[in-house]
Amino acid sequence: MNSLLHLTRSAGRHAILVLTSIFALLPFIWMISLSLKSPGEMFQSAFSLWPEHFTAVENYAQAFTSAPLLRFLLNGVFVCVAILVVQLAICAPCAYALAKLRFRGSEGFFALVLVALFIPHQVLALPLFILCYKLGILNSYAALVLPFIVSPFGIFLLRQFFKAIPDDIVHAARLDGVSEFGIVWRIMMPMSMPAVTAFAIFSAVSHWNDLFWPMIVITSERFMPPSQGIVAFHNGELGIQYGPLMAGAVMIVAPLLCAFLFAQRKFIAGLTLGGVK
Amino acid sequence: MVMIASANDAALCRRATRRNFAQLTAGHLLSLPAAVALLLLFVAPTIAIFGIALTDWQLGADDLSFIGLKNFRALLVDPDFYKSLRNSVVYTLLVLPATVCLGLAVALLIESGRSFRAFYRAAHFLPVMATMAAMAISWEALLHPTIGLLTQALASLGVPTTNWLKNQHTVLPALAAIGIWQNFGYAMVLFLAGLKVIPPDLYEAAAVDGADSAFDRLRTVTLPMLGPTTMFVTIIITLRSLEVFDTVSIITQGGPEKASEVLLYTLYTESFSYLRTGYGAAITVVFLLMVTSLMLLQTRIMDRRVHYA
Repeated sequence: MNSLLHLTRSAGRHAILVLTSIFALLPFIWMISLSLKSPGEMFQSAFSLWPEHFTAVENYAQAFTSAPLLRFLLNGVFVCVAILVVQLAICAPCAYALAKLRFRGSEGFFALVLVALFIPHQVLALPLFILCYKLGILNSYAALVLPFIVSPFGIFLLRQFFKAIPDDIVHAARLDGVSEFGIVWRIMMPMSMPAVTAFAIFSAVSHWNDLFWPMIVITSERFMPPSQGIVAFHNGELGIQYGPLMAGAVMIVAPLLCAFLFAQRKFIAGLTLGGVK
Repeated sequence: MVMIASANDAALCRRATRRNFAQLTAGHLLSLPAAVALLLLFVAPTIAIFGIALTDWQLGADDLSFIGLKNFRALLVDPDFYKSLRNSVVYTLLVLPATVCLGLAVALLIESGRSFRAFYRAAHFLPVMATMAAMAISWEALLHPTIGLLTQALASLGVPTTNWLKNQHTVLPALAAIGIWQNFGYAMVLFLAGLKVIPPDLYEAAAVDGADSAFDRLRTVTLPMLGPTTMFVTIIITLRSLEVFDTVSIITQGGPEKASEVLLYTLYTESFSYLRTGYGAAITVVFLLMVTSLMLLQTRIMDRRVHYA
């Protein structure tokens, strides 16, 4: 009796979760399915997920040749890496100073970081657009990177972790003759790897996915990051060809999804940290 | 400590002072790049947006004049802005309850058993991190009037269908459905974290008090203990709903008949398409005040949660 109850409850759990999983996965499945089909098959009334005529090769080849898809992907990698490297280079020393050093104005400066945490980035778009215009960097990688070189969230997060590292370690390093700058990169950062990884994932995912800012400063396909690239493909004359379009969409979603499947826990940690922001 | 050392040993004292001085300058040197960047990229633009909102500036124009609160007064009587604000609120009210309930239900179901936990968690989390620009295109295909899988499925069930994204009565609910899809995995993850920190002895105490069934445990322990998490999730999902932009800009461009015009999209078009910069800045200020007050509320709740723990 008891085991029967247990069995029905377990079956009920799986039944509902499978249903919600299908809801969550449906757009991915549909996207992949369309990317494998020929136009004729898509418009057939009888439909199947798996294509009768496998046109994946044609669709993916066309996606890469008729739109600069590879370029979009490389732009994305370049911009995300550039942003992350500069962010860490600027935020880590500052976080260390706020966590471990006493200096005049540090409290006021930390208050400034906290205030900046409360400003949504879309609010800054207009003045930053004007800044980029004045600097003459509209339509360039610089415009994609510049607004994000400092992350108040990064400073805040790293400061929390650096504070938890015992002062004795810092003192010992100083006695060994390690410079303050060396302490940041050779002691603080390696000892805060979970925070650094979480922040790196948060930063890379946000900028790979960001559409708002690129739509403001980029008009040339040469510099478009993946999200804006697929939109240009969609709005262009080839946008009605669902096969290649979906193949392009799959290619743009795939890198993050693969990374996620390899490091699920780290991704969830990184992206929920972002929510606390 | 440095003081005592200096009293005893002059040499040590000198070294300590030098080190203190080094620390002082190091602090300034190490935080200088971040300070400059924060002032230039966060503080100055925020002040600028308030300033621009008080002018009649049009992007590209050489001259501008100070017009006080005229932009804000114009906003108050602008039917388009009102519609955009109203759409944002309706969108949020459609997304929020469904996302929170679905996220909570999925989290509770995942935790109620042992099998396939990691799989379910991953499957539900995929929409959160997938590039929305690409996923919006897939959603458009799912809801396509002729080849769309969802449209076909509903038609075969005898449900009357329409061109969901081109019909002004269905476009906002259709976008909200995409919003729910995108966010409920996020709510789930936050609820899973909330469930992890409920102390097991509370369930034992509840059992002693006669809470036998799973439903009793849910009602007397789980849900009350999830109170702060629920508040937190509510605010985060509200913020994410108010910031909806990608789906609108890709699929509907605010149409048809401005039926899917939302705050951030209006902000974007006024500032960067119509180049009515001063007016766009006024909308930005309204958006900033809404989002910031929600974030302040969120921090207060977080603080309280820390006190309880």
